[in-house]
Amino acid sequence: MSRKLTIEPVTRVEGHGKVTIRLDDHGKVAQARFHVVEFRGFERFVQGRPYWEIPVLVQRLCGICPVSHHLAGAKAMDIIVGVPPEKLTPTADKLRRLMHYGQMLQSHALHFFHLASPDLLFGFDADPAVRNIIGVARTHKEIAVKGVLMRKFGQEIIKVTAGKKIHGTGAIPGGVNKSLSPEERDFFLKSPAPFNIDTMIDWAQEAIQLFKKLHAENRAVLDSFAHFPSNHLSLVRKDGALDFYHGVLRAVDAEGRKILNDVDYQDYLDYIGEEVRNYSYMKFPYLKKLGKEKGWYRVGPIARLNTCDFIPSPRAQKEFEEYKAYTGGKPNNMTLHSHWARLIEALHAAEVIKELLNDKDITGDNLVKKGRKKHEGVGLIEAPRGTLFHHYRINDDDQVTMANLIVSTTNNNQAYNEAVRLVAEEYISGKPEITEGMLNRVEVAIRAYDPCLSCATHALGQMPLEVELYDSSGQLVDRKRK
Amino acid sequence: MPDKIKFTVDGKECQAEAGMTIYEAAKANGIYIPVLCHYEGLKPVGSCRICSVRVNGRWMAACTQPVTPGMVIENASPDVEEYRKAIIEMLFVEGNHFCPACEKSGNCELQALAYRYQILVPQFPYLFPKKDIEAFPKFLLEHNRCVQCQRCIRAIQAPDGKKVFAMKHRSGRVRINVDRKLAARLSDEEAQKAMDICPVGAILRKEVGFRIPIGRRKYDRRPIGSEIEEKK
Repeated sequence: MSRKLTIEPVTRVEGHGKVTIRLDDHGKVAQARFHVVEFRGFERFVQGRPYWEIPVLVQRLCGICPVSHHLAGAKAMDIIVGVPPEKLTPTADKLRRLMHYGQMLQSHALHFFHLASPDLLFGFDADPAVRNIIGVARTHKEIAVKGVLMRKFGQEIIKVTAGKKIHGTGAIPGGVNKSLSPEERDFFLKSPAPFNIDTMIDWAQEAIQLFKKLHAENRAVLDSFAHFPSNHLSLVRKDGALDFYHGVLRAVDAEGRKILNDVDYQDYLDYIGEEVRNYSYMKFPYLKKLGKEKGWYRVGPIARLNTCDFIPSPRAQKEFEEYKAYTGGKPNNMTLHSHWARLIEALHAAEVIKELLNDKDITGDNLVKKGRKKHEGVGLIEAPRGTLFHHYRINDDDQVTMANLIVSTTNNNQAYNEAVRLVAEEYISGKPEITEGMLNRVEVAIRAYDPCLSCATHALGQMPLEVELYDSSGQLVDRKRK
Repeated sequence: MPDKIKFTVDGKECQAEAGMTIYEAAKANGIYIPVLCHYEGLKPVGSCRICSVRVNGRWMAACTQPVTPGMVIENASPDVEEYRKAIIEMLFVEGNHFCPACEKSGNCELQALAYRYQILVPQFPYLFPKKDIEAFPKFLLEHNRCVQCQRCIRAIQAPDGKKVFAMKHRSGRVRINVDRKLAARLSDEEAQKAMDICPVGAILRKEVGFRIPIGRRKYDRRPIGSEIEEKK
């Protein structure tokens, strides 16, 4: 009897998605798919809005990393007001970077500690009642407290630069609307431990040590779990350094050969295509050069550390060298190593925050510039989950006429499907009984990419995990709830 | 010097100069009566009725009604406050007010009144009217947010006294109409004045949005009316 397994919603991710796995008469996986079942429609309803509203409006796509949308929108509007990102005042550029790196720190901390660590600390088969952040707080209090405070630190950085921790207004077309006062700056530099940047840097490094310890204990699973070759895409600084805020597009294949290099993202449409499939509201982007079949790619921490040549901060660079050495300098294609990469990025973010806090420009008063207006602009940024594309056109009345957003999670769409298929084939195929732990493995694979499904399409949903078994005629034969 | 007029507001003995409106007289005594269509320095029209008070048992608009000796004014009684709250809620459901992305958020008088009256969900159904945005050389007119207070009509005039803004249509279809020729001649300062005088985010100066950071906007620190009440 063939069966259909449904995991809905996928838990401990941002947003609402589901997985369906079809088993044939012998219990083998016939098809495994990741569906995003939300619909939001931002691209349509920003039409008609004045362009200067965009950075504030589009960030409402998400409550987890709204700064990414805020800044990608602002970078597109910079082009429209004739001030390309390189031409911003040093104060505006550095304050936006500070906001963004604060966000990287908080979002990465949230993902690793709150969402992913329960799987890594308790095991994929642990009781779901324990396998969550509350369970972590009960049994590993120190780890949970550090996770919560690192997230809070990043959120406070966002608050002083954007006005609010969530959905602020700091970035405006051509610049920013405020700088930091010396008191605001000193709060992060000189507060007693633990709430200062030096402690955050130490904690970020400790988190990497924690991952490495878990890796040493469980190397076989962490290396082989959803390990598949793919292309990788991200922004890199012009000299090849890791840069979350600005740069040029680079894509490499599974062996590290460059597919795209030094690409100005204003021309992204020449290089990136999007395919629509009938089972998901999320589109499937691909590199035009390689076509729909072979051109799919991964974005996010694992992709960024595969595309960049080095990390421009000393402690993160040292960790990066060890990380790269593990794969002999070749791209890392191991899904669960994205946690390792993410934590190295968190360390880098903390180091950059310290550097920026010590820069006198962040207390400057030259905030905004204006140039010659254009009718079209593209803004790209490396969001916590990966490359984020915002593209707008405006009319002569300053109203938006077209918006195209390719969000990080969308870029990873095929990677989710690939990971789900591999894990289903390895852990579910041919097994006489389907356990909760098996299904959790499917979620672990998706979770590793830190998907934000609300960004990809719509609003937050919170429903229990439900698994339904269907016979070959489509009749529901069993249902289990978590 | 003429004798001062004596009256009471919610039982409190008050005095004011002759010729003042109830709104002005209450303000002079440290009592806030909420207003929306009224603006200091403009001739009051009493169109929004948010300033409604009960005087000797009768409803009156405080912004237009002169204070007279012996008036017994009810301003903070529960039914008066409920009446005002209902008007504010109606203004919300009759337009499309999405505060999160509105530039006027934090400086918006309608939003500030909603906070003061602790409006969470309106008691009336949303109408979601189909309204549009009109563009002019110096500003945009966002009809979705307009509450037809007529402040712009009264405040913004061409050098020869002609009105730049006017009302057109009636009842539910009423909307602000702009003389395109006169609007094209507005200076940056006049466009800014029009935006500042608008109590909501209906008049938006072009190209300069979101310049005031969160925390420095008018109602970020103090609720609307507190500047009057603090003088008590």
